[in-house]
Amino acid sequence: MAGVALRKRVMRGLSSRPASIAIYLFVMWGLIELALTGAEAMGYNWQWYRIPKYFLTSDADGITLGEIPWGLAGTITLSTLAFGLALAIGLLVALLRLSDLIVGRAVARGFLEIVRNMPLLVLLYVFYYVFGPIFGLDRYAASVLCLAVFHGALISEIFRGGINAVARGQWEAAKSIGMTTAQIYRYIILPQSIKFMLPPMTGEVVNMIKSSAIVSVIAVVELTTVGRNIISDTYLSFEIWFTIAAVYMAVTLVISSLASYLERRYTVRE
Amino acid sequence: MSDSKPIIELRHVDKSFGPFQALTDINFSVRPGERVVVCGPSGSGKSTMIRCINQLETHDAGSITVDGIELGDDTSDIRAVRQEVGMVFQQFNLFPHLTVLENLTIGPIRVRKMGKAAAEALARNYLERVHIPEQADKYPSQLSGGQQQRVAIARSLCMEPRIMLFDEPTSALDPEMIGEVLEVMVELANTGMTMVCVTHEMGFARRVADTMVFMEGGRIVEVAPPEEFFTNPKSNRARMFLDQILEH
Repeated sequence: MAGVALRKRVMRGLSSRPASIAIYLFVMWGLIELALTGAEAMGYNWQWYRIPKYFLTSDADGITLGEIPWGLAGTITLSTLAFGLALAIGLLVALLRLSDLIVGRAVARGFLEIVRNMPLLVLLYVFYYVFGPIFGLDRYAASVLCLAVFHGALISEIFRGGINAVARGQWEAAKSIGMTTAQIYRYIILPQSIKFMLPPMTGEVVNMIKSSAIVSVIAVVELTTVGRNIISDTYLSFEIWFTIAAVYMAVTLVISSLASYLERRYTVRE
Repeated sequence: MSDSKPIIELRHVDKSFGPFQALTDINFSVRPGERVVVCGPSGSGKSTMIRCINQLETHDAGSITVDGIELGDDTSDIRAVRQEVGMVFQQFNLFPHLTVLENLTIGPIRVRKMGKAAAEALARNYLERVHIPEQADKYPSQLSGGQQQRVAIARSLCMEPRIMLFDEPTSALDPEMIGEVLEVMVELANTGMTMVCVTHEMGFARRVADTMVFMEGGRIVEVAPPEEFFTNPKSNRARMFLDQILEH
């Protein structure tokens, strides 16, 4: 008994905020220390001073953006385009799956299973090397479509879950005043499903940004491609990959905190 | 009034949910302006029957005619009927993301294609009728159960239906709120609205019903005027049911 009480107290102590921060700092310090000693053992020559110019350079003409911000802009543009398209695909697939059409349900189901069970890299090769020549897609279009299809399939499940989470009585009330199915979705169901969809949807935005890195294999310009290019010029692999990772993290953390702000706003309003 | 054509007519209606036969050979009609109260033990098919009238449940066999339209597979026919038939639910089913006023105007605006100003005037008029004009800008969750149900009644009335269906409108309410909802329903009955109410409120039934319908096991067991039904029910089962629910 005493053992249980003690364990509870220890657990409670460990989950307090100052303790959490201390543990976090300790773990991070350990990881960094490990990387540094490892690099030292390899005789790695750190050259962090060469990194800032890939962000910004200033000279007589003023400030010039380096390659990393351009790469980031590429990542954000690519992800935004692909996410917009993925939302449309996801909604369409979800509505088909929830429809009364047997063919529609089968098509949606087939699409979902094919996409979900294929590695993203393979899907990218299919879009670039197979659909590319057939439909005349350049590498950028192939990348956007590939990401949109891949995430569209996942997003369709988020939509489906969100739509199903709205109480059945809402459908009945809306039907009983004579609304069409389209009106019911638009005015009654979708506005209410937003609060159910927001958390998983944020996860998808973050995933999209991270998985957009894969298009570097077909040399579409974005953050990871930029990193690879810089490394092939400079051999600064440790510094650059740490930097690129930090940039990805910064972006996704901003998105997550934005989303939790939105979430709070949506839940307050009911 | 007895010679006027029925506004609702069910003939030989059957309905089953999988292996469970919910309705068996339902024959039933309602004249314009008639107030019908449907009662019976739970699971007797009362709700299923009135939900068939606006096709929230589809019937398997037989025919249902509402306001001259026979209900079949044609979804635009069904929508046309739903615009003439208001429905009030046990769980209110207000739209929680819309204000009270928006709950009331969304039907007139989106379905009847009414202008926003006209719809709001209509909505405020009906909120007045259900005695809560001051709640127009609140969200449903800010209202009591009785107020929510009155909003739900007003929402249906805003479609200016010819028929109102009530599916156990007071069963989910705290006892002290039942009266305010019944009062609104009595006032509505006094305006000559055609009403079909599934309810256990026998006091209400005595006050407003023209016809009592007693159901059990998916069948209509007895149809009678209230004075006859309450004082001298023909069927044994109706008598037992009344004994049970009038005891307290």
